[in-house]
Amino acid sequence: MNNRLINWFKFASPQTFYPLAGKMIPWFWALTAVFGIAGLYIGFFVAPTDAQQGEGYRIIFIHVPASWMSMFIYLVMAFWAALGLGFNTRLSGMMASALAPTGALMAFLSLWTGALWGKPMWGTWWVWDARLTSELILFFLYLGFIALQSAIDDARRADKAGAVLALVGVVNIPIIYFSVKWWNTLHQGASVSLTRSPSMAQTMLWGMLLMALAFWMYSIAVSLTRVRAIILERERHAGWVEELTEIKQP
Amino acid sequence: MAEASLSSALAAVIRRDLLLALRRKSDVLTTLFFFVIVVSLFPLGIGPEMAMLRQIAPGVLWVAALLATMLSLPRLFAADHADGTLEQMALSAVPLGVLVTGKILAHWLLSGLPLALLAPVLGLQFDLPADALGVMVLALLIGTPVLSLIGAVGAGLTLGVRGGGVLVSLLVLPLYVPVLIFGAGAVESHIGGLGATAHLSLLAAFLALAAFFGPWATTVALRIALE
Repeated sequence: MNNRLINWFKFASPQTFYPLAGKMIPWFWALTAVFGIAGLYIGFFVAPTDAQQGEGYRIIFIHVPASWMSMFIYLVMAFWAALGLGFNTRLSGMMASALAPTGALMAFLSLWTGALWGKPMWGTWWVWDARLTSELILFFLYLGFIALQSAIDDARRADKAGAVLALVGVVNIPIIYFSVKWWNTLHQGASVSLTRSPSMAQTMLWGMLLMALAFWMYSIAVSLTRVRAIILERERHAGWVEELTEIKQP
Repeated sequence: MAEASLSSALAAVIRRDLLLALRRKSDVLTTLFFFVIVVSLFPLGIGPEMAMLRQIAPGVLWVAALLATMLSLPRLFAADHADGTLEQMALSAVPLGVLVTGKILAHWLLSGLPLALLAPVLGLQFDLPADALGVMVLALLIGTPVLSLIGAVGAGLTLGVRGGGVLVSLLVLPLYVPVLIFGAGAVESHIGGLGATAHLSLLAAFLALAAFFGPWATTVALRIALE
């Protein structure tokens, strides 16, 4: 058999993925720290004060990356869910359930920082604007996913039921993403676009992108840590778990 | 046994569910009364000014329709699951998707259609003009099948799960939001003089999407529940 093919599927089993994840986690934490410190430094000390919004705009260094991550994590979760449903792989379901709490956290953070920003800028904590509402729905979808999984005792059934829900809910992602284009409500347009040159100062953009990378690395590190815990919990009867140095009783 | 065609199987499932509902009318009537009572509570809570009531009527009617549909969702598969009928359906020669479509259609005939027919009477309480009532009924006729189709997925996922009744609201209500927005929006924009066509077209698009994916996702959910 082709050697490369084996390597592709090698880490699809919890037994081989567990040590790999353990080796990767410190690296992702280190990258989180590097990107986070650089991003925060640029965000708070280098980036100029905004002409219209004063210092308050600096919350976008948290708000925008959190919003991006909340949508992206859902897509990744749905991707793993589809993979798990299609190929009946165990690890995909575990990945999906490991991602959900981080996604919920990001959606909550996005809503919360948005409210903190909205009070001085718009004069209100909350408006029933299309983007805010669809982000709130995304938060509810995460909560629904977590609630459904925790209501089902059988882990395999929980994975599959959650996968169906994740795939049904994925229609919401394009709605959030395009909401500022489709409905001209209070929320300002997209801050960053791939097709036109950025409308904000270079340093602001750099700060935001570095923070986005930091959030990205954080999400990966936390999800891997969580998936390790899920693997240990579900595979506790397997022989290889008892062989692990951190499990073995002295 | 003669080989049953798909359409006759579909008709048989619809007929069976309607007959079952006819034999036990209270289930269907409870949902309708719930709808009427919830809608009638709003004027009491908000105050009897006609201008205000006219403004909130579309939203109130739609939210009540959503809640009433939710109330009827658990009985979509629960009884059949309890007595083993659902397993027989999954094992039968007819594809489960067809039978599920029949059950969803029957659910709509028992909950969505009566809601749409009742809505004009309730709309009168809110002083809605006659043409707005017409748009309301039309929007409900297009929108309530979407509610049944999406709800069936939630009902399938929570089948036999502890706390399923509460869970289904958490799963299904967020997905109902687009229908709510465009359903109520159709009536509002008609009253505002903008015309309801755009909203109704979007609702119809949701219906087309839900009609395609809904039964399929429900079938997957049911197979998971039956494992």
